Amino acid sequence: MTATSTERNAQGVMEFIDPVFTLSDVAVSYSDFLAVSNVNLQIPSMDVTAFIGPSGCGKSTILRSLNRTNDLIPGAKVHGKISYHEADLYDPKASAVEVRRRIGMVFQKPNPFPKSIYENIAFGPKVNGRPSKSELDVIVEKSLRSAALWDEVKDRLNDSALSLSGGQQQRLCIARSLAVDPEVILMDEPCSALDPIATARIEDLMIELKRDYTIVIVTHNMQQAARVSSYTAFFVTEVNPLGDRRTGKLVEFDSTSKMFSNPTDPRTEAYVTGKMG
Amino acid sequence: MSQVSLESKLSTKRRVIDGVFRVFLTFSIIATLAFILFVLYTLWKDSKFLLSKEIVTNFPSNDPNDAGFQSAIFGSIWVVGVAALVALPIGTLTAVYLEEFAGKRNKLTSVIETNIQNLAGVPAVVFGMIGLAFIARGPLGWGFTVGSAAMVLAMMILPVVIIVAREAIRAVPPSHKDGALALGATQWQAVYRIVLPSAVPGIATGSILAVSRAMGESAPLLLLGALSFVTFNPTGLDSQFTILPLSIFKYASDSREEFHYIASAGSLILVVILFTLNFIAIFLRDRANRKSRV
Repeated sequence: MTATSTERNAQGVMEFIDPVFTLSDVAVSYSDFLAVSNVNLQIPSMDVTAFIGPSGCGKSTILRSLNRTNDLIPGAKVHGKISYHEADLYDPKASAVEVRRRIGMVFQKPNPFPKSIYENIAFGPKVNGRPSKSELDVIVEKSLRSAALWDEVKDRLNDSALSLSGGQQQRLCIARSLAVDPEVILMDEPCSALDPIATARIEDLMIELKRDYTIVIVTHNMQQAARVSSYTAFFVTEVNPLGDRRTGKLVEFDSTSKMFSNPTDPRTEAYVTGKMG
Repeated sequence: MSQVSLESKLSTKRRVIDGVFRVFLTFSIIATLAFILFVLYTLWKDSKFLLSKEIVTNFPSNDPNDAGFQSAIFGSIWVVGVAALVALPIGTLTAVYLEEFAGKRNKLTSVIETNIQNLAGVPAVVFGMIGLAFIARGPLGWGFTVGSAAMVLAMMILPVVIIVAREAIRAVPPSHKDGALALGATQWQAVYRIVLPSAVPGIATGSILAVSRAMGESAPLLLLGALSFVTFNPTGLDSQFTILPLSIFKYASDSREEFHYIASAGSLILVVILFTLNFIAIFLRDRANRKSRV
């Protein structure tokens, strides 16, 4: 399903057939602090796109603006235009609640609710409708299977989710986001709190999930970006001439293989080879 | 190989300070416990020969052999119970509004916040005066009834309930709410289904402590015509009533010595009720702590 087109438009932005997101001149500010600006990129459907870059470069900020999670921070404002398919994500008529239902999010630290495993998965379907018990049973099993967690927890669905290991908790959070049938899953450094084995399982899971979902992941781990993503966006922090303001900028967006082997911008090369960052 | 010594290098001065401090801490704890035990023992010693079913079931009487606290116990339960029913929902919802819905940097919010803090520090007797002027008499004119008294106690504990409920809500990790919102929950759904259930033990604990304070309060109700000699239980919000602290006061100020023992017995009953409430609060808090650690 990967969009094979690598056409570039007049601004040099890589264009896909029916992209999920189109960001045009996007900037995000917190009160009078400009966190990131001039972001132009498209995110392809049914694939994994990685955002990489040093801390403070605005990659998480851009990720959070893709499902309007930034709305929850007082003073945060998104400028420019973010389209989700043809719809304007920040249209005054667009509902942030509906946006977040379609575009799920997995956080840096696993954040299961202090409820049973079953109730964690059932929460999303319950707040979005009135599913019957049998419908819920189906959703819970399907979501846990998709997140490769079913075999480990099927005999203890009523145990507290907090009794799971960190890696299991993170897969539970992924399963939980799948339960509301989203199109996109945003992952904000989903493995940074996990050990290498748990990380490997989540990476396998991402590769598995991209058949059915569009995934955007922020990661500090170069190898992870190289292993799981097809496309990579590299951000940096630019300091203004006065040296008192730091703003995130998108440096380069391309296929992951090109970004890691033959990037156009020397800053990308320095970063992916570990000379900077 | 260099010689490693693990012997203490603490100077004598530091050791002495450490020791003195321990002694001081131990002494403080013992003093506190001794004081509580002394009070309980005195009450028990003065009234043990009275401790029977009758002291709880009898109504006030001019004959010390017949005097009891039934109407006072029921009066206290009525007044404090109604006050809690009014103050807990309003207080919790106010806390939810201030924590989850009001803009954090809003002028209005900070004015409300400051005033709640101030209200929590207003002396009880002032609430009694307000109740007398506006509820018992004045615009509402409910008279000297259970309803008026309950309203005044509700006003009195409301700021405390709001403050403890806000703390309980703030103690719920924000990541839980973020997780709920990321699943397409509305703000209210996230609060109602995720934040509040985690905050309930904390809210309950703080509220019980507020309620037990109201249970021992007498000054405001004195102004609201809590009679000390009431020989019937309240039947509704418009009933006349008495409360435990006031009937204790009435018996203790009687010139006949027999009544002083009855006052001691009443104090013991009050203390037992308050301890029970506090134990429930401690139990709820411990259970919540254990749950969140699993």
